[in-house]
Amino acid sequence: MRPYSYVRADDVEGAIATLSGAPDAAFLAGGTNLVDLMKLGVETPEVLVDVRRLTSERVEDLEDGGLRIGAAVPNSVLAADRKVRTGYPVLSQALLAGASGQLRNVATTGGNLLQRTRCVYFYDTTTPCNKREPGSGCSAIEGHNKNHAILGGSEHCVATHPSDMAVAMAALDAFVNVRGPEGGRRIPIEDLHRLPGDGPQHDTVLEHGELITSVDLPPPGFLSNSKYRKVRERASYAFALVSVAAALDVQDGVVRDVRIALGGVAHKPWRATKAEEALRGEPAGEENFRAAADIELESAEPLQDNAFKVPLARNVITRTLLELSEGR
Amino acid sequence: MDAEVTLKVDGTEHTFVVDTRTTLLDALRERLGKTSPKKGCDHGQCGACTVLLDGRRANSCLTLAVAYDGSEIVTAEGLAVPGELHPMQRAFVEHDGYQCGYCTPGQIVSAIGMLQEAEAGWPSHVTEDLNVEEITLDDDEIRERMSGNLCRCAAYANIVPAIREVSGR
Repeated sequence: MRPYSYVRADDVEGAIATLSGAPDAAFLAGGTNLVDLMKLGVETPEVLVDVRRLTSERVEDLEDGGLRIGAAVPNSVLAADRKVRTGYPVLSQALLAGASGQLRNVATTGGNLLQRTRCVYFYDTTTPCNKREPGSGCSAIEGHNKNHAILGGSEHCVATHPSDMAVAMAALDAFVNVRGPEGGRRIPIEDLHRLPGDGPQHDTVLEHGELITSVDLPPPGFLSNSKYRKVRERASYAFALVSVAAALDVQDGVVRDVRIALGGVAHKPWRATKAEEALRGEPAGEENFRAAADIELESAEPLQDNAFKVPLARNVITRTLLELSEGR
Repeated sequence: MDAEVTLKVDGTEHTFVVDTRTTLLDALRERLGKTSPKKGCDHGQCGACTVLLDGRRANSCLTLAVAYDGSEIVTAEGLAVPGELHPMQRAFVEHDGYQCGYCTPGQIVSAIGMLQEAEAGWPSHVTEDLNVEEITLDDDEIRERMSGNLCRCAAYANIVPAIREVSGR
């Protein structure tokens, strides 16, 4: 591992100032992804600014009836939170579908959002990768790409975002609270992660020195009728081939509101807005659910090894909505 | 860069200087002679390095020692007083829950941390009702909750009954 200076700031402002002053610095929270990437030489920060004890470790009520999740809340604690379980089951389920018990105890809410792709070429420093080394090329486009994107990829990168939690948060219309050298801002989670375009080295819109301090969930409402379904190659402890986070509000057999987000298919949690639009005001039912999924997946551009993700995504969307409509 | 850290390991406090790149696993094994946490994959995938870190199970290979200055760590070695066995250790012996034994300390520490999580009512991926008050640890629950610990000898068929026996007490 490349040598680095380890800094523990006294507060959030100090951490941001330290990081901003060092172009090659990184924040460290739980470290379950960053430490691994540093061991492999994929990440090579000169300065590590430890923020694990600086942001909140609590889940708090918001005045509007929503919840504020401190950036340092461990994934395991968030999944087990009673208010999350009842108001936002999709979020608990997504967290519990990810990683292992040991990792969830250490991985934080902020860190989970900022974890890097598990594309094998990103991890393999002997191969070209535009995300790791901009301009070097993409090894996945013509390589082993079974696990890669079918939506929103570019000629520069077809990596997928690995988080389950973020997919659930996308379906919940969460907001990410950020502090930076210029002050604070509140980013709709839909806008936090980027598509690769010609800058796949940037996973998110965060500027250097910006720190996630918390995530806000809106009041539960119909989001309590939500679920997460993940398809993977093992029954446990594996990243998604395809996952779906969905919430559904059906009244008198008609879809009043619906939220759908997909994991494992794009460079970011993929909010299926076209499918949602197609369903609002329409009768709830398998046929309509499948038709809506097809509309969303029309723009899919599968690679050599991952065409299976298109019907898989369609089937998982359909099944998940059907179960929600039947109160299952 | 070097930094001084103080760790309480298996009940004894140690203050020493480490390179800031040192993982908790390497600090335990190479600096403190605590070799029950094993280095398997060194990437958080196998669970052989599992310790209780401030009361919760964690992969010591993915944590930096310097980041846990002041923390309390329990390894398999510190689960019971010397000469005696923790009930989970005894159950692994009685059920033959190992072959080569390399993953065993991590399995046992993980199982103990896992039982505390279940006791606290934490659900898992296979828990039918997320809002259940009390977790019933059947074999599916044990397997899911222990999926972060791999056993290349595949002693799972005996590990699960060993854990089930202790969970039933």
